[in-house]
Amino acid sequence: MLGKTAASLFWMSRYLERVENSARFIEAGFRIALTRSVSASAEWSSVLKSSGVIAAYRKKHNDYESSKVIDFLLRDRDNSSSVLALMKKARDSARTARTALTREVWEATNESWITLNAALAKPVKEQDLPDTLGLIRQQSALVRGATLGTMLRNDGFNFLRLGSFLERADSTARILDVKYYLLLPSVALIGSSVDNVQWETILRSVSAHRSYRWLNGPDISALGVADYLILHKQMPRSLTFCYSKISDNLNYIDQNYGRESRSGTLANEICNDLLSRPIEAIFEYGLHQYISDFIKANNGLAAQIESDFNFQDRIG
Amino acid sequence: MLGSGDHVRPPYQEYKNWLDGEDVKRLHRKSADAEAFFRKTGITFNVYGQDEADERLIPFDVVPRVLSAREWRKLSKGIEQRVRAINAFLYDIYHRQEILRAGRVPVELIANNEAFLPQMIGVHPPGGIYTHIIGTDIVRTGDEEFYVLEDNARTPSGVSYMLENRETMLQMFPELFAKIKVQEVSHYPGQLRRSLAACAPPQCTGKPVVAVLTPGIHNSAYFEHSFLADQMGVELVEGHDLKIVDGRVAMRTTEGYTAIDVLYRRIDDDYLDPLNFNPQSMLGVPGIFDVYRAGGITIANAPGTGICDDKALYSYMPDIVEFYTGEKPLLENVPTWRCSEKDELAYVLEHLDELVVKEVHGSGGYGMLVGPAASKKEVAAFRAKLIDNASNYIAQPTLALSTVPIFTKKGLSPRHVDLRPFVLVSPNGISITPGGLTRVAMTEGSLVVNSSQGGGTKDTWVLEE
Repeated sequence: MLGKTAASLFWMSRYLERVENSARFIEAGFRIALTRSVSASAEWSSVLKSSGVIAAYRKKHNDYESSKVIDFLLRDRDNSSSVLALMKKARDSARTARTALTREVWEATNESWITLNAALAKPVKEQDLPDTLGLIRQQSALVRGATLGTMLRNDGFNFLRLGSFLERADSTARILDVKYYLLLPSVALIGSSVDNVQWETILRSVSAHRSYRWLNGPDISALGVADYLILHKQMPRSLTFCYSKISDNLNYIDQNYGRESRSGTLANEICNDLLSRPIEAIFEYGLHQYISDFIKANNGLAAQIESDFNFQDRIG
Repeated sequence: MLGSGDHVRPPYQEYKNWLDGEDVKRLHRKSADAEAFFRKTGITFNVYGQDEADERLIPFDVVPRVLSAREWRKLSKGIEQRVRAINAFLYDIYHRQEILRAGRVPVELIANNEAFLPQMIGVHPPGGIYTHIIGTDIVRTGDEEFYVLEDNARTPSGVSYMLENRETMLQMFPELFAKIKVQEVSHYPGQLRRSLAACAPPQCTGKPVVAVLTPGIHNSAYFEHSFLADQMGVELVEGHDLKIVDGRVAMRTTEGYTAIDVLYRRIDDDYLDPLNFNPQSMLGVPGIFDVYRAGGITIANAPGTGICDDKALYSYMPDIVEFYTGEKPLLENVPTWRCSEKDELAYVLEHLDELVVKEVHGSGGYGMLVGPAASKKEVAAFRAKLIDNASNYIAQPTLALSTVPIFTKKGLSPRHVDLRPFVLVSPNGISITPGGLTRVAMTEGSLVVNSSQGGGTKDTWVLEE
């Protein structure tokens, strides 16, 4: 497979994952804005931080009015990571990698782009927001379904999966990075209802509030939330889950190519070091430092994959 | 569809019978379905200079254009003869130039022609083939009258539309194909791959590795490039995926560099190799032409074939066919005035309002004047351009082009069409896919069929014997 094609598959699924995560973030933020208007600004600012677009937003706006934030995240031309811009990048990547995709995956991606372009042609009214966010998530699900249902399980499939899980791990880590202070044992607010709502919002932004309850009952604790997002083996957006998939897919590629890649080794190292500590040890080490370490390691792995599989021509 | 008088021409009879039994509403619905299908599949083209989000659909008409087996036999024989002559001509002008020595084609026409590549002199393309893929544009003016309008020996496009149009028709009207036996076109991608592989270069060892070279996703024909690569099961590469490794052109894969044997390139000669041609090109591969000359890669079509697309040379095609095949041309050329010649220019200037005047290097329907359709002002402006640079133009009469019905909001309505059959050439022979791409001028009375100017397409049927 061409290095460029592998890169396009990898980025296509990263962008699609990012689209889906954006929808989730907006949903969680919107809920806070509706139910607890006093903390709305703070919540929107952390949504913008988690999405990595706070600087671009501040250049344009001075406050965090819901409609402005939502429009910026969904469709603003000044935001190169808006849902609309990401969808276009995903579709361009899919076009570049067209020969490595099944007709179903290509058509699902192309139709998602067409559908979202139409849905986001004008600013979304608040009363339509839930439907629009639902539509965005549905489109992601269509592409994922087509991918799982029709793609040959070859290296192309593995690069798609690598993109999804690296992006997802990054996204979950960013939420923790922005919200870590809510999970720290602070004297005043322990067990207060404020914490409960905040913790629930964290779970909501990874669509895990239901499953958390299912597994842990009604009581939410900071330690429990951190453990769930970082170490849980079955929660599909936890760092550990993402890394088990990343390791698997790198292994498949290595087996397929008959060699051992540095990225495979690096992924195993991340699993064996960062993701093998008990949650208590992570808190002892410092949650914020730990998450920073993880984000750095995750970016390092992405760069290693890019280099191992010749995504670009190296000069010389 | 209609012949002289109002009788239905025989090849259309069965289709007409079916059509008469159809509900018009259903046809309208099918028409809309087709558009949605093309949009969904991404069968779009980018128009240069437009907002990049603006990808357009080429209008597709649901009424097929039908040719009888006999008509097709006649046409394909003529095309085959012409294609043989073109390859012989290319070999000759890049070697001994017998045709120039014999005085059948003027030396200046070649020597001063930008499309003539001196770098190709003395080069032997693998398998002796210059034009692996040719599109010959044909127009019809009467029951038995076919003219060649132009030859596309450089990089003919449109074959993906020929294939997708048929797919679309099969999906929309399966019952039609059960009733009427139409010759298949779906074998084209397989044939193309075999045909390209048969031209592998001397340095190829083992099974030839074929790839399609595209300028990238923003090129207007990108859909076709990816479609062909996909259908052939070969890699679709861009210039930055390639470099010269150990004297071969190699593509960067996830596992290292792999040599390519045959490159079906969809970029122009000028952009192919910044070391040998346009140094500004970012699309090509530095040094690929040197590898080509050393027998390390086959470039399809060969560099320098664009000379045959030249409209000034076109007027010599009947001589060229006769010179190399020793036969009378089976297909007619449209009578052509060469504005480079004084007498002919005088005639053209006098009859501008009746003639079609074209740039000799032009394509896509740009830079031409359709006299009868132009305003006085346009004619006057064109006259000035023509006088200024006469040898840049040729002129042709407006032919009474045949029409074929299209399905409009108001029912069937006649439109002018042309036909581009696709020809594959390999050392194993010449093969022509039955039919080709029918392009339609969607505006009533218009003669311009180019998709860049709003032209549409329709499925082309060659009936079984």
